[in-house]
Amino acid sequence: MAVELYRIDDRLIHGQVVVGWGQPLDIRFIVLVDDDVAASDWEQELYRMGVPPGVDVFFESVDGAIGRHAEFARDPRPGILLTGDIDTMRRLVAGVSAIRAVNVGGVHHRAGRVQRLRYVFLTPEEEDTLRALARSGVAVTAQDVPAARPVPLDDVLASRDDG
Amino acid sequence: MTSSGVGTGARPAAVGPVGRAIVAGHGEFAGGLVSAVEQITGRADVFVALSNRGLGADEIERTLRERLVDSGARVVFTDLPAGSCTIAARRVLRDRPDIVLVTGANLPSLLDFVFHSAEPPGDAAQHAVEKGRAAIARVGTGTPGGAAASGR
Repeated sequence: MAVELYRIDDRLIHGQVVVGWGQPLDIRFIVLVDDDVAASDWEQELYRMGVPPGVDVFFESVDGAIGRHAEFARDPRPGILLTGDIDTMRRLVAGVSAIRAVNVGGVHHRAGRVQRLRYVFLTPEEEDTLRALARSGVAVTAQDVPAARPVPLDDVLASRDDG
Repeated sequence: MTSSGVGTGARPAAVGPVGRAIVAGHGEFAGGLVSAVEQITGRADVFVALSNRGLGADEIERTLRERLVDSGARVVFTDLPAGSCTIAARRVLRDRPDIVLVTGANLPSLLDFVFHSAEPPGDAAQHAVEKGRAAIARVGTGTPGGAAASGR
């Protein structure tokens, strides 16, 4: 599969994605799945400016990404697919059975969320969504950068990092 | 890493002195650079450091906006063109055209800014970009036994 990483990251395209993952995986395309960004030329230009030459960026709504996923999967180049939140990834996985592993790369502090890892804060509803993804057969792990150990979902939910 | 400036720093009213600038980036990038500037120049009043560690995109933007208001800074230096602090700063520039962004910042660029801080922000930022770009150089060939060489 050409999409090497399905990542939930509320910063979307940023240093960890472009450099941290992008360089070791030799990423040649990024699929940014976000309904709001897909509807905004300004947002797309904002993210496109941060991507190095030679890396294509595709901006897709959830429905658009579901429709084009087979095309992305056939792309011979390595790529990363990003969503900015857990529910967007849930909706995508519901429409694309080929997605078998999801990386929780960055879900940061917000009111109502509890810190689980240094870079993962979750509401009870988000925890339920991740559990449901795992029950459906998707391997859910947390890992911010390639050099870090992937943390299985059960361990993420069992931990409480108070900073 | 090269530096580039974004925005003109133009504002409708008369342009005043730069005042302070925000330095924002990953990990201890900002704090480290600000500490180095202080050690070299003795100036601890020019820069305000901001780390993105542990912050989501919305929180980075909100914090940056607060620091800009609190400090009166008109220039933002960031580390990576693709970094979350740069993305946040670009969002700020959308409704704060009086702000200038310099991305790819390094120590020479900040030192230069210190010594041009009385100039209008756009000018001081442009100076900093040029200094930062000119300061990066390769020395040696990295080849055992090879002749020493320097290139840019």
